Amino acid sequence: MFDPGILFSSVLNGLTTGAVYALIALGLTLIYGVLHIINFAHGASLMLALYAVYFLKDRLGIDPYLALPLVVPGMFVLGYALQRVVINRAGHGKDENILLATLGIAIVMENLALIFFKSDTRNIDTAYSLATVAIGPAMIAVPKLVAFAGALVVSGLLFWIMGRTDLGRAIRAVAKEKEGAKLMGIDVDHVYAMCFGIGLACLGAAACFLLPAYYVNPQVGGGFVLVAFTIVVLGGMGSFVGALIGGFLIGIVESLGGLYLGESLGQIGIFVIFIAVVLFKPEGLFGARA
Amino acid sequence: MTNRRHFISQSAAIAATLAFPLVGGAQPKSIKVGVLHPVTGALAYSGQQCRLGAEMAIEDINKAGGIKSMGGAKIEAMLGDAQSQPQAGSAEVEKMNEAGVAAVLGAYASAICLATTQTAAKYNLPHVVDVGVADQIVERGLKNTFRFGPGYKKSTEVAMANLLVLNKAAGNPAKSVMIIHEESLFGTGTAQLLSRELPGYGFEVKEVVKHANPTRDFNNIVLRMKSINPDIVIPANYYNEYALLVRTMQQQKVQPKAIFSVLGGAASSYKFVKEFPDAANGIIDCNHWFNPKDKRAQDLRKRVEAKGQFFSYEVFMTYASMWLLADAIERAKSADRAAITDALASSTFSDHFMPYGPTKFVNGQNTGAQPLMTQVWKNDIKVIVPREYREIEPVFPLKA
Repeated sequence: MFDPGILFSSVLNGLTTGAVYALIALGLTLIYGVLHIINFAHGASLMLALYAVYFLKDRLGIDPYLALPLVVPGMFVLGYALQRVVINRAGHGKDENILLATLGIAIVMENLALIFFKSDTRNIDTAYSLATVAIGPAMIAVPKLVAFAGALVVSGLLFWIMGRTDLGRAIRAVAKEKEGAKLMGIDVDHVYAMCFGIGLACLGAAACFLLPAYYVNPQVGGGFVLVAFTIVVLGGMGSFVGALIGGFLIGIVESLGGLYLGESLGQIGIFVIFIAVVLFKPEGLFGARA
Repeated sequence: MTNRRHFISQSAAIAATLAFPLVGGAQPKSIKVGVLHPVTGALAYSGQQCRLGAEMAIEDINKAGGIKSMGGAKIEAMLGDAQSQPQAGSAEVEKMNEAGVAAVLGAYASAICLATTQTAAKYNLPHVVDVGVADQIVERGLKNTFRFGPGYKKSTEVAMANLLVLNKAAGNPAKSVMIIHEESLFGTGTAQLLSRELPGYGFEVKEVVKHANPTRDFNNIVLRMKSINPDIVIPANYYNEYALLVRTMQQQKVQPKAIFSVLGGAASSYKFVKEFPDAANGIIDCNHWFNPKDKRAQDLRKRVEAKGQFFSYEVFMTYASMWLLADAIERAKSADRAAITDALASSTFSDHFMPYGPTKFVNGQNTGAQPLMTQVWKNDIKVIVPREYREIEPVFPLKA
């Protein structure tokens, strides 16, 4: 029905969108893998990060990409503090309490945003917002290419942290065996908070890559979290490789879905995949068998 | 008890009416008018432009002596925010009714107008619709609803007839169209009408694509367009999406013979022309437009631009609609809702800069209202059709 050039464009477009999905899913899967909770405040946190990028550009004229060194540490500190001060205390060690605490945080964040930022949909305009690069027959927007490269770099960094640093070893130890890790002198509360911080830092990076080609309003996070959750399930709960590959897959499925089924039905593929994975391969593509 | 209460309330009412002329004579009272627009949310830009138009009109009306038949009473705006949602618009009308407004002017978007006019009808509150092009707004038999401008049926008919003429004059280069429309009442209704009528004019409708508000990525739609390769692309959507769609087409190097819009959100917008002159160049639109030869319109444009704002259709439509309402209040000689409704229904208001001639409402629709066809050319917007308002000759097709 479509000629190969157009299909190729659509797949590339999906890959670049998928990269940002992957970044969001990486944060979610890290928090899940270690804390064994779904962070319901993930979408709201992304929304806050997007607003941070927006205001940095709008008020101070800081380019979204140059805002990375500000927004990423900022989100890390927010995540660390949230886990240490709110979630950990409210949780009393029970998973369901933690779950509810994150849900509560999400509601508070979204409504505060509604009060302070209003329900306006805002976006920024940069010189490169509409610049394109030709890749074969496809024209790809520059911000999307940057997001793609950025997502790869950030996930590489994350792999390095998890595989090669003491923090990474500690995180993996806590994820596998909390009591044992405690006995080995690992500060479990600190590791939890670090995980939450890193998870939110991923969102900070995603926000910087996203905003030049996207928009922000107080409800913006919801759509992303649904997709990210699907990616985490598809890739396997807690798996980094799974989140990355799942992100790309979902991006392509969404893009091709939009091309073939039209904009309104485009996302249907994502949720069909979600249901299929839960039915036939509940551990996900790269997940450990439960 | 009941009788005594009744008596007290009655005597209070009598006292009030007796006291009224004294107060009224000493100082002209003000007439509260609801000014309701979506100033936040997805339609915030358009809503704010509408509000600007209404406020400038009120300023001018009051400066010119207010409502003279009521001793120079000033119009006082009660501002409302419909938050880009019909239910929020409805809630604002309830509030305005409570506050005792004499009439409501608003509410820009069709879906919002549909809700606000209905709510206002419950209280027999006259409601002037400033833009709201969906024809259902004036087809429900609501006695309180008056639309000054043309609806999408009228606009689409004019657009199609003119497209046929343009195409014929150029030797029929265009045969196929693709319609891209937003998901709410305005876009869906316009698209339905176009796809039903265009085949009768000899055009093949190759594809009709619907999209959400807001949409921030038109790549898929434009890729479809690339594959279908229509001669004419017809967008029916609001400003942000319109601008993004046309910019994405430019990115993906899709160049149809014409971008032809009916009530296009950005097509005849000075903002769009200034921000993206290349993407906007050559776009034809059939839309609300002022009489370019009327000096008052040009003066208003200069004043709006002096405020650092664009003279968009929202501004002049709401401005003109407020004058229509003021004219009705003037003839009603009171802030009474029924009297204003009657005055609107019998309006022959003609002292305005729209190309409508004298006003005549039939079932709430101004039958004199008509859109004009404009084309973006050399960083300006010029009227191409009809001939009596023409500023430049149309350029069609855009490229050989």
